[in-house]
Amino acid sequence: MTARDRTRAPETPGSTRGPDRVPETPGAASGQDRTPETPGEASGQAPAPQGRPGTPMLDVRDLRVTYRNGERAVPAVRGVSFTLDRGQTLGVAGESGSGKSTMALSLLRLLAPSAEVSGEVLFEGEDLLTARWARLRAVRWSAASVVFQGAMSALNPVRTIGEQICEPILLHEKVGQREARRRAAELLDSVGVPSRRAGSYPHEFSGGQRQRIMIAMSLACRPDLIIADEPTTALDVMVQAQVLELLGELVRESGIGVIMISHDLSVLSHMCERLAVMYAGRIAEIGPSRQLIAEPRHPYTRALGRAFPTIGDPASRLAPAGLPGDPPTPSELARLSEGRGCAFEPRCSEAVAACRTETVELWPSGPRREAACLRVLEGSGT
Amino acid sequence: MKPVLEVRDLMVTYPPRRGAAPARAVDGVNLQVRQGEIVALVGESGCGKSTLARALVGLVKPTGGQVLGGGEPLGYSAAALKAYRRHTQLVLQDPGGALNPRQNVFDAVAEGPRLHGLTDRLGERVHAALARAGLRPPEEFAGRFPHEMSGGQQQRVVIAGALALEPSVIVADEPVASLDASVRGEILKLILELRDSLGLSALVVSHDLGLAWNIADRVAVMYLGRIVETGTVEEVLLRPKHPYTRALLSVLPDSDERPVLLTGEPPDPAAVPGGCRFHPRCPLRAAEQDTLCDSRDLPVLTGDPSGSSLAACHLVH
Repeated sequence: MTARDRTRAPETPGSTRGPDRVPETPGAASGQDRTPETPGEASGQAPAPQGRPGTPMLDVRDLRVTYRNGERAVPAVRGVSFTLDRGQTLGVAGESGSGKSTMALSLLRLLAPSAEVSGEVLFEGEDLLTARWARLRAVRWSAASVVFQGAMSALNPVRTIGEQICEPILLHEKVGQREARRRAAELLDSVGVPSRRAGSYPHEFSGGQRQRIMIAMSLACRPDLIIADEPTTALDVMVQAQVLELLGELVRESGIGVIMISHDLSVLSHMCERLAVMYAGRIAEIGPSRQLIAEPRHPYTRALGRAFPTIGDPASRLAPAGLPGDPPTPSELARLSEGRGCAFEPRCSEAVAACRTETVELWPSGPRREAACLRVLEGSGT
Repeated sequence: MKPVLEVRDLMVTYPPRRGAAPARAVDGVNLQVRQGEIVALVGESGCGKSTLARALVGLVKPTGGQVLGGGEPLGYSAAALKAYRRHTQLVLQDPGGALNPRQNVFDAVAEGPRLHGLTDRLGERVHAALARAGLRPPEEFAGRFPHEMSGGQQQRVVIAGALALEPSVIVADEPVASLDASVRGEILKLILELRDSLGLSALVVSHDLGLAWNIADRVAVMYLGRIVETGTVEEVLLRPKHPYTRALLSVLPDSDERPVLLTGEPPDPAAVPGGCRFHPRCPLRAAEQDTLCDSRDLPVLTGDPSGSSLAACHLVH
């Protein structure tokens, strides 16, 4: 998959939109009235080396993660590659156990020691998987940050949110307490939490507000990349819409790259310009969101898309669409990794004999998109 | 036709927490579920939908109004509740939490029949329930423990446990919220199949409007303890009247409407605003500056499902 070379001039947001650009949420400020932080400015402050022109900001190559527990080995991520540029948004969809969260957290080496990670995670040309801890700690927060799911458990319950937002700023930048507090207040205001509440504790906020605070924290050191792991999963529809709009607005304004993980394909397809659908630790299909939703080439993408009905669509009225069977269990995953064949074959309604024996990998399935399905090679389904 | 399940002017008020006012979780609700009908009760967290579901199966005693099963008012003696629950079964959200980890599938499903003394040919009854819930062949699943099954299979066990008593109505509180997307559709299909094959009625509580579109005949939208709009799924979801319903539909990712983001404080059942309870967040009132909304209370919507859709709003008619 080629990196999308959209070098966007931050002064003119909205001017260089590709044809696959996610429709802008109506009502969202497009940023003209604020001073956007240019990506150049942001990386100038971050201690990450300046990326060479032509190299993507993030280049993930053959990423593999295996959880080891004594004799047992569970391959959670089984060879994932993708690239992401500044200002690009990539949605990663998949069901529980598909490896999507493991994949995302492994990028910044946030997994427990029982996880063995291999492959390359090139961030501005530097491999984070082999980087020294001190270097990695410098990258975390300031160059790339994470919005975790479940803000209640990710925030420290006994420290005020103001202190928690100041912490990465004080750690990573040569600023004093006062300046850090001023920045924290600014951040809180920017995410719609009144800055006078900086002295409050996490439990004094609602779920949606806590998630906004998490987003404020992730922005504290003006990173180039945000990894958002199910940022709205526990929230109500209305609150979810508010948080997503906030996130979308911030991304449009500042040209931050975003990797957003979710099980909800419809949310991702509206937030992200590109979409990767994961199944059993691999990418099953990747490409521009709109195309993946409108014309899925992988049967799993198709099934996942149908699982979220569009209200008003007569095809789904009194006809819920599911997918028989269950995703592979950890032990089945281990077996899959040894043999050939498509991991989705047992649940696939279009499977043929070859699906059990051939090695399946991502093949080009259209302009700037790929699918890991044998039928793509046949050229059928177009 | 008598509804299999009905509530009339139902109120559930939780006693005040220190210093606070009592929480009016359910604050006057009329609702009917007829034979073979699937009704979706939708709303955001804190709107009282789960409390209403619990009141429907007699787990919460109402502070006002009535619950009627098969036209009979529900009594709250232990014996009356037990008899009632043979006909009205509850299916909970998280099957992992609903199942006893040390109990195998057979015992989990047999628990209800055993409590009700239905031990005659218990094996047959349990196997039939498992098969109906889609766990086939039942013999293969009967000996398993919850941890040996996927989330979807666990939810099927919970549903089988409800079916083992051959109830006439199921109250399901977020039956698919904790399940994966692909499994969600399978469980919803099962609920539809049970309605078609057994004539089972269901009240499904959910925050998910897509679920209502997928399986329900009628839908009731709840806000802060009251039903604010009710009607057939097509009426309410395709031609919504109430500004709250319209806002909920507008923020769905697939919506063509301009999203209406509600602002203001999240609703608090301990401080229900006077007048229309939605007025502090209502985009329509803000536009029309109507003072009626702030001052005049709205009548409780009738639960009668035969007419066209109803909306509790001063401004739309």
